[in-house]
Amino acid sequence: MFGIFVRRVLLAIPVLIAVASITFFLVRLAPGGPFDAEKAVSAQVLKNLNEAYNLNAPLSEQYFDYMSGVLVGDFGPSFRFPGRSVTELIMTGLPVTFELAIYAMLIALLIGVLSGVTAALKRNTFLDYIPMSIAMIGICVPTFLLGPLLVLIFGINLEVLPVSGWGQLPGDKILPSITLGFAYAAYIARLSRGGMLEVLNQDFIRTARAKGLSEPMVVVRHAMQGGLLPVISFLGPAVAGLLAGSFVIETIFQIPGLGRFYVEAAFNRDYTMILGTTIFFSFMIVFFNLLSDLVALWLNPRSRDS
Amino acid sequence: MSNNSSLWSDALRRLLKNRAAVGGAIILFVLILFAILAPWIAPYPYAYQNLSLGASPPSAEHLLGTDVLGRDLFSRILYGARISLLVGFVATTVALVIGVSWGLVAGYYGGKVDSIMMRIVDVLYGIPFIIFIILLMVVFGRNLWLLFIAIGAVEWLTMARIVRGQVLSLKNQEFVLAAQAMGVSSLTMFKRHLLPNILGPIAVYATLTIPQVMLLESFLSFLGLGIQPPMSSWGTLIKDGVESMEEYSWLLIYPGITFTITLFALNFFGDGLRDALDPKTSDN
Repeated sequence: MFGIFVRRVLLAIPVLIAVASITFFLVRLAPGGPFDAEKAVSAQVLKNLNEAYNLNAPLSEQYFDYMSGVLVGDFGPSFRFPGRSVTELIMTGLPVTFELAIYAMLIALLIGVLSGVTAALKRNTFLDYIPMSIAMIGICVPTFLLGPLLVLIFGINLEVLPVSGWGQLPGDKILPSITLGFAYAAYIARLSRGGMLEVLNQDFIRTARAKGLSEPMVVVRHAMQGGLLPVISFLGPAVAGLLAGSFVIETIFQIPGLGRFYVEAAFNRDYTMILGTTIFFSFMIVFFNLLSDLVALWLNPRSRDS
Repeated sequence: MSNNSSLWSDALRRLLKNRAAVGGAIILFVLILFAILAPWIAPYPYAYQNLSLGASPPSAEHLLGTDVLGRDLFSRILYGARISLLVGFVATTVALVIGVSWGLVAGYYGGKVDSIMMRIVDVLYGIPFIIFIILLMVVFGRNLWLLFIAIGAVEWLTMARIVRGQVLSLKNQEFVLAAQAMGVSSLTMFKRHLLPNILGPIAVYATLTIPQVMLLESFLSFLGLGIQPPMSSWGTLIKDGVESMEEYSWLLIYPGITFTITLFALNFFGDGLRDALDPKTSDN
């Protein structure tokens, strides 16, 4: 058990180094220098700029400088926002994106688990069909369509919720959170239904029922622990999806989070910002994948003894 | 071989009984037909502008209305179908080729080869590919074929796992051992003996990959990092629709409906195919 933990953590380290290195060299491959798009500058200014951003040093030296900076959380200066560091920009956007992701996840878990478990218990009744049909819609309607449609209905036609923003008007956090959470609610509903169905047929559930446990006790204490394992394994990859979703949501609702910064950096060709955020995103995703793997491993009685 | 063909005809019978899957297949067939015939069916060329008309609601001349540049929305949706479906098929084919070869080799040779190859897959699973695709688009410019290949190169991992699992369960069966004893080459083994036996799961997973790939493309196009104007995919049409939805809601609604229906059709057809080929899993 402990051995698996250590092995998983050790495996994550080369992955992170590889991701950071590939990103670094990919960005260096980009055609043109970082200051090409701006007004023509004199040779002297360009030289000073390159000097200031350490672009004159040999590539290998730049690489080791950058990597050792990353180790202590320093992603270098931003090309587009002079005087601000990439780390600073990430730290400005991160709390917003995090808050959005947490609300979305809470909505997804609450709706998803509740409807998935109900569907499994009331199999082949309308309590199964209706949530599962809605889940199919959640999987098929892309976020970037659902968001604008919700805005069109609740923001523009009914005028009950703000169309955009984050924390400026009352209720402006509702639509973005629902939009981001809906697809995950759908996935979680399907996963928990499938997991519960599998567990409910097993002997230990029959035993629990036979010894006279009440049905809610059977479901909550016995069935859900195993039945929701697929959901827990899904949570790690879901974080990656939530981050990608935040690109779209933050663009639609004009939320000043990390996702919007990233898309803007991609448009502005702010290479240091792209480099820094990519590495940062990768770290988070690898970390959350690891976390959900370890939790699932720890909760699974079959792997506990080995 | 006779056993094999009856497996397929059984599957076909089960598939035809599944109404959602048949409906999905019909919708897909019509869509593909429309996409191929777009230059002949579309009432206007996709870039044809009528600036004096501007955005107009659906009418007799323009079935689904026009956008702010006076371009016919119906024609643009038809041409968009070409790009969106092309992405779906090309990127899925890329994923299929890489994933199937990877899984076949890993599963068949086993041992160290297998563990190294599958460890690589594990590692790649942990990487945020969507961010890498965005990075590629920024670094190398927004090239259509690069986009196709990049998306395909991301989606092969699950296919590799599925194929490997199938090969592992096949390779100790007698017909494989017999072929080995006869000195059949690896390539013939893959083509003649292994592939035909795992076509089912491959077909199912490929069908379910197409909607994923289309979503990914439209996601990138929506952010402005995919297909570039004046070309249009459904993603770019939805993006344009969002920009003007307050006054001209039809510009968002019709492309949105088309895209959603297509995704529904693909998912229903894929699910139906899975149930038909593997009745055991149809419960989930």
